[in-house]
Amino acid sequence: MVVHQLEDREVDRVFRALADATRRDIFERVIGNGLSVSSLAHDYQMSFAAVQKHVSVLERAALVTKERHGREQIVHSNLGTLRQAAALLESFEEIWIGRATRIAEILGEKGSA
Amino acid sequence: MMTVISTVTDPEALTLTVVAQFAASPDQVWGVWQNPRQLERWWGPPTYPATFTRHDFRVGGESRYYMTGPEGDQPHGWWRMFVIDEPRRLEFSNGLAGEDGEPELGVEPMGANVTFESFDGGTRMTTESTFVDVAQMEKMLAMGMREGMQQAVHQIDDVLMSEYA
Repeated sequence: MVVHQLEDREVDRVFRALADATRRDIFERVIGNGLSVSSLAHDYQMSFAAVQKHVSVLERAALVTKERHGREQIVHSNLGTLRQAAALLESFEEIWIGRATRIAEILGEKGSA
Repeated sequence: MMTVISTVTDPEALTLTVVAQFAASPDQVWGVWQNPRQLERWWGPPTYPATFTRHDFRVGGESRYYMTGPEGDQPHGWWRMFVIDEPRRLEFSNGLAGEDGEPELGVEPMGANVTFESFDGGTRMTTESTFVDVAQMEKMLAMGMREGMQQAVHQIDDVLMSEYA
């Protein structure tokens, strides 16, 4: 196993980038497929410039990359495809854990079944 | 008692296997899938409860449902049943639907294979989900199925672990 030590500065950048709920949300949403800054901005109650600033913080932490596509800037997550798949599967894992928990609650009710 | 016994994710095969154990008979666990009024109480997360407008629970049958988000948004979905072997096995596909409630063309459905076994006086339920690619997974998640912000925490772990791995 090759151990690659992140420099403290880089760790700080990752933590600072993900310490904000909007940035976590943006990061989460671009994991599977790229989204333009304007479509991201559409979904938050803040200015285009504010969203762009959040994206820049994620970009400096190397969590996302930006790619020009005509007039649009597309934000992509910087995880490899396999890592994207792993992260997305974890989301579905959460979904099934939630579902199983709710099924157990329904079955636990008196006279439900 | 822990409900979920184990989970296995295979990012290369794009499959997820979740094993859960319930203190109820296989017939009772089967019932929460068969009865649409029970099904809609657990299919969607509390933030996006599901309403099944059709649940034709037989081989070749289809279901239609929508979920209602906190802002009134209503993403639609559908099921198509391939195997109904009461109370042992269930196999169906689950896809996205348009505003008219009908399957959206060009978006592959995900596969679900569910088995029920008597175990230790209760029932062990294994759900295997199969996906086509990351784009499909993201589209399904965008439907409001996410359970909350928990994943973001996992993703922070992922990012840090990828740097150290």
